[in-house]
Amino acid sequence: MAKTNAPAKKANSLQDGSFARRMKQNAPWLLMVFPAVLVVFLFNYLPIYGVLIAFQDFMPGDPILGPYTIWVGFKNFTRFFTDVQFWPLMKNTFILCILGFIIGFPLPIIISLCLNALKSRKSAKVLQTIFTAPHFISLVVMVGMLTLFFGRYGLVNNIVAEFGGERYSYFLENAAFRPMYILSSNWQDFGWSAIIYIAALSNVDPGLHEAAILDGASRFQRVIHVDFPAIMPMVSVMLIMSIGGLMGVGYEKALLMQTDGNLQVSELIATYVYKKGLTGVPDQAYATAIGLFNSIINVVLLIIANTTSKKFSETSLF
Amino acid sequence: MAKKAKPVLMKSSMGDKVFYFFNWLFLGLMALIILYPIYFIIIASISDPDAVLAGEVVLYPVKITMDGFQKILERTDVWTGYLNTIIYTVITVILSLLVTIPAGWALSRKTLMGKKLLMIYFIIPMFFGGGLIPFYNVMNSLHLLNSMWAVILPAILSVWNLFMTRTFFESSIPEGLVEAARIDGAGEFRIFTGLVIPLSKAILAVMALYYAVGQWNSYFNAMIFLQDEAQYPLQLVLKEILIASENTTGGSGETMIEQYRMANQIKYVSVIVSSAPVICLYPFVQKYFAQGVMIGSLKG
Repeated sequence: MAKTNAPAKKANSLQDGSFARRMKQNAPWLLMVFPAVLVVFLFNYLPIYGVLIAFQDFMPGDPILGPYTIWVGFKNFTRFFTDVQFWPLMKNTFILCILGFIIGFPLPIIISLCLNALKSRKSAKVLQTIFTAPHFISLVVMVGMLTLFFGRYGLVNNIVAEFGGERYSYFLENAAFRPMYILSSNWQDFGWSAIIYIAALSNVDPGLHEAAILDGASRFQRVIHVDFPAIMPMVSVMLIMSIGGLMGVGYEKALLMQTDGNLQVSELIATYVYKKGLTGVPDQAYATAIGLFNSIINVVLLIIANTTSKKFSETSLF
Repeated sequence: MAKKAKPVLMKSSMGDKVFYFFNWLFLGLMALIILYPIYFIIIASISDPDAVLAGEVVLYPVKITMDGFQKILERTDVWTGYLNTIIYTVITVILSLLVTIPAGWALSRKTLMGKKLLMIYFIIPMFFGGGLIPFYNVMNSLHLLNSMWAVILPAILSVWNLFMTRTFFESSIPEGLVEAARIDGAGEFRIFTGLVIPLSKAILAVMALYYAVGQWNSYFNAMIFLQDEAQYPLQLVLKEILIASENTTGGSGETMIEQYRMANQIKYVSVIVSSAPVICLYPFVQKYFAQGVMIGSLKG
């Protein structure tokens, strides 16, 4: 702490120092980053290499590149495009994602603006704690809670029956799957997603508010004209990110919610990949091709969203 | 972030009063929507199962009984799962910190060799992956199937967390301090362990919590990689208890009611028993979680 005037000199000598000197400093750093490089290599890059089997006639246990590898080009992809399941899967995945996005994207923004507009900081904190709590409920427990509430003899049906209504098996009906899926996802995550906007709102210059008040702006007008523009950059970034992840809908939850009764709408591209590739008689090459198709759609969506955002505003991810 | 718009001395107008009223109403309603289901699970778990089934339990517990909790104490599978989850979570957290924190520090150094290349190396997997089947095959060829390491190892590094750690180091460790230590003759490892780590309790806490909650709540990798029930983590055991019975339909209404009666109470109780550690801990560590999100948002 005491030697504050020395660093400049030292930094200089480092900059034009020899390779050996640079190495002396870099070796420990490279060693520190190595375990992370290794983990990413094993669990992210090796699987990317593994997508090659999407272009092969592959049997489980075959080497990915061996002397007997049979290349089939895009056969697995064309097979998927002509699969009777193709359009239903595309439709189910898209509708679930789009509906989830339409409800799930604005809600955290609205919540953060409302919380920020509360006069009492203390109530805002308490409410925020309440809103964030369900984020920590696991998917299994969440779906379990849905079965408890919406099961044939669950709370909802009991109340309906009390008023003379018919009992309804929510988990066995196509029509109930999407609303249950989307509403429960929002129930879990709107508070969590709002945190990022709340953080941005806490940085709004109080002077802007004071000026607006002097101009006679009401609290509501200040929300619209001061608070909302302040979080706009964050909104664009989140928008790009969620469009990029649009087709990467949480299939782990869809898988838990699937029943024979709702399969027509609950079967998504990703759940189909799981079933084709890892259950029954596995057809790994085919499943990999479907998965690859899905990831490519995601990357394309992300690039489109990013370029569009770059064009119309200052914000972009890359 | 401490700055807050101070209400300027001025009477709030009628319009503002209406606004505040509806704002409170809306937020209060949302809080109710969050809290009631959780409250219901609690009162249903300590009520007579017949009363729950008959719809008598809505606002308060009816015929309070601890039967459910007694029954769950006898479920060895639940406690084996609990123990497994604790083991998996503890190991995951230790390894993830050992991997994430040093890497985050190295990546935050301006003069790191090949920094740009390394960053690209870590960014690509955020947007593109091989997908489920190649991932499964990799685990297979690493001989990790049926091993607890299949659940632990893929969970010890999240690139998102790595970048959050890097951003934290960039913004919170004064460069002058590091330089000073260097002049005092400290090596890079010594600087990291002796200077950086003690200043980084916040990021250590955030990362430990993120990784812990992730592992505590996950079921999918365990489902596809573990066959031996003795190795099942809690979430997989819960999946059997909570969800399996709802999905096997069939059976007449009568047997279904009987099934419900038997299984229902244990379901409510297992929701509580499994979520209790996370939910109880949550209010105390909330500030760290929020901090994590904010660190992440610095970079956008």
